[in-house]
Amino acid sequence: MAASVSAGRPARAARAPVAAHRRHRLDRTLSPYLYIAPFFLVFAGFGLFPMLYTGYVSMTNWRVDVPGSQGQWVGLENYRKLLDDPFFLNALKNTVGIGVLSTVPQLLLALVLAHLLNYRMRGRTLFRLGVLLPNVTSVAAVTLIFVQLFGRDYGLINWTLGLFGVEHIDWQAGTLSSWTAISAIVTWRWTGYNALIFLAAMQAVPFELYEAAAIDGASRWRQFRSITVPMLRPTILFSVIVSTIGALQLFGEPMLFGQQQDPTTGGSQHQFQTLALYSYNQFWGRFKYGYGAAVSWAMFLLIVVIVAANLIAARRMKGLDA
Amino acid sequence: MPTFRTGPRTRLLGAAAALTALLAVTGCSSSGGSQAQDDPNEKITLTVNLFSDFGYADLYKQYEQQHPNITVKENRADMGAHHQNLQAHLLAGSGTADVEAIEIGQVAGFQAQAAKFVNFLENGVDAAQWVPSKTAPASSADGKVLFGLGTDMGGMALCYRSDLFKAAGLPTDRDQVSALLTDWKAYAATGKKFLADSPNKDVRWFDSGGNLFSAVIAQAPTGFYDAAGKPVVNENPAVRQAFDLVAGAIKDGESAGIQAFTPAWDTGFQKSQFATVACPAWMSYQFKANPPTDGGTWDMARIPGGGGNWGGSYLSVPRSGKHTKAATELAKWLTAPEQEAKLFTEKGYFPSDQALWSQPDIADHTDPLFNNAPTGKIFSQSAKDLKPQPLGAHGAEIGTALGNALTSIEQGKTDADGAWKKALADVGNIVG
Repeated sequence: MAASVSAGRPARAARAPVAAHRRHRLDRTLSPYLYIAPFFLVFAGFGLFPMLYTGYVSMTNWRVDVPGSQGQWVGLENYRKLLDDPFFLNALKNTVGIGVLSTVPQLLLALVLAHLLNYRMRGRTLFRLGVLLPNVTSVAAVTLIFVQLFGRDYGLINWTLGLFGVEHIDWQAGTLSSWTAISAIVTWRWTGYNALIFLAAMQAVPFELYEAAAIDGASRWRQFRSITVPMLRPTILFSVIVSTIGALQLFGEPMLFGQQQDPTTGGSQHQFQTLALYSYNQFWGRFKYGYGAAVSWAMFLLIVVIVAANLIAARRMKGLDA
Repeated sequence: MPTFRTGPRTRLLGAAAALTALLAVTGCSSSGGSQAQDDPNEKITLTVNLFSDFGYADLYKQYEQQHPNITVKENRADMGAHHQNLQAHLLAGSGTADVEAIEIGQVAGFQAQAAKFVNFLENGVDAAQWVPSKTAPASSADGKVLFGLGTDMGGMALCYRSDLFKAAGLPTDRDQVSALLTDWKAYAATGKKFLADSPNKDVRWFDSGGNLFSAVIAQAPTGFYDAAGKPVVNENPAVRQAFDLVAGAIKDGESAGIQAFTPAWDTGFQKSQFATVACPAWMSYQFKANPPTDGGTWDMARIPGGGGNWGGSYLSVPRSGKHTKAATELAKWLTAPEQEAKLFTEKGYFPSDQALWSQPDIADHTDPLFNNAPTGKIFSQSAKDLKPQPLGAHGAEIGTALGNALTSIEQGKTDADGAWKKALADVGNIVG
């Protein structure tokens, strides 16, 4: 792209070499910043500013039902309150629980799926595109369909389980059952996406390794374990981090899965209220801006901590290898 | 692959496009203002934000015919989201529609912001059109501002399946049913009898504990707030009594445990999963949309425990709207007696306009949907018996929290005491 833009220049530059040289140097030093400026401007306006402003709001006592509370500075009081807020701790537990239940099977499935897609077969591209389809569909539509599938009285899943003599499960009611149902939605949507990332990485693995292994008599499964997985380690780490961030921000699925009148409560006893739902509940449901903002920032800090822990663990693993 | 390389660029272009669009939008709204109001013939579009079907489609057409320069556009969100959006837009000072509906359970939350709405008292509205219990919640504390025009109201009744009653050996005639179910204790006791005698063991007595609780609490002289506007959920014995009554009925297996206003609830109507529903007037469209698939019929008796109001709404005109004057006229017209009468006879929404209650075509109205029950008489009586209950800013949310607690009993997760404790914790989180 950049090459085609500057293609016409050298002919003119010959006439006034010094000025052109200076202009060229200016162009080379400034242009890159100009090219990337739009992103950083947009990010500053729609990413950084809201984040900092949320940080400021989280240290005030601002709430709609208390007139004049907008600028009431309370420092870290909201964060202190979070530590003994049973609803926050419950949301934290739910978020981690659903996160583990969805991320682990999702990544394992994606790895296996990518391995299968890596084989030579007819209509390969079609299948590769096919796995991405669930990810293209909207969260709302998918969740609404899954809610029907997980229906208590007339849901397809309970009907199927009934064929094997299993009693009807009230998926919304229980903690583990609701976590499982929500994790199923998340897994369904994101497995294909991760599979494609793994597949891309797999194609960078030198084919000779497999060939040599095959000559040595290694089975497909052995090749997968001893060649593919180790070679994919950086990619797997990347997926783990991205999925973890996604899991910590889980919002749409639990929101739409709930059949309560107020969908932000996450079930009759908050059994699947995630951190994002709780933040929304406090901010837009109860209009406690200060407290809601504190929940959001706590989420952000949590993500930073977990990602940092991931990276440290990754570095350790690398160290062990070497 | 080439497709990947263009990825970031298209995203950037997208972001830039979004940015320009946003600037254009904000630019528009800041310059749009209220200049358009002086020219009565200018072509304008009025937006109306509702949270469910108010049955207005035909009325809009009529209004557009009378006012060729006006087009009405309606948007609907679900109830919680609708009111949250309205709050947020009022705070931001922009983004509201020209006409915004407000539900009675939520109206107290807007009282402190009465100044942000058009004052109908200054726009030729006579508040005497409605009962004081309808106008008071939509007025400022000093009564000088009326920011909501009453639409329908929720005079209450008890809808019951006469065929299922017959099968269980209960009376089917609506007067006999009314005489049998005089109060909620009698209602719960009859439910037990129904469960024992009904040949169809899949049918429950009522749809959901939360729904029944809403009906029972609507009749109490004091609900979640006292007259001074202080939340009294724990202090008011009426709340705990209503809660325990419903919890007891749930324990006896009377509840089908289906959350109201969900797709599963619609299925419940069709598959005859429950024999009675406490039904305010506005709920009748649910019966219309989901007739029983086994050929059963609904009928309507008086609500146990006497009068009470459950639900009903207002139309308001936020001052930040683009065409406040035209919007005020539209809101006035939609809530005028002729239109409210039409909405009742054609759609089943009972008018909050008090003069209509004694008008023959309202008072003598019968509804074929409910076996020709005299719905006009039933709802008028219920509305006349109504004793207004003090409302508070978070009434709707508190009701939801208590409803959730009852749901958790239905789900077998806890007992009445445990659920009550959880509910109080929720209420603490809402008001504290």
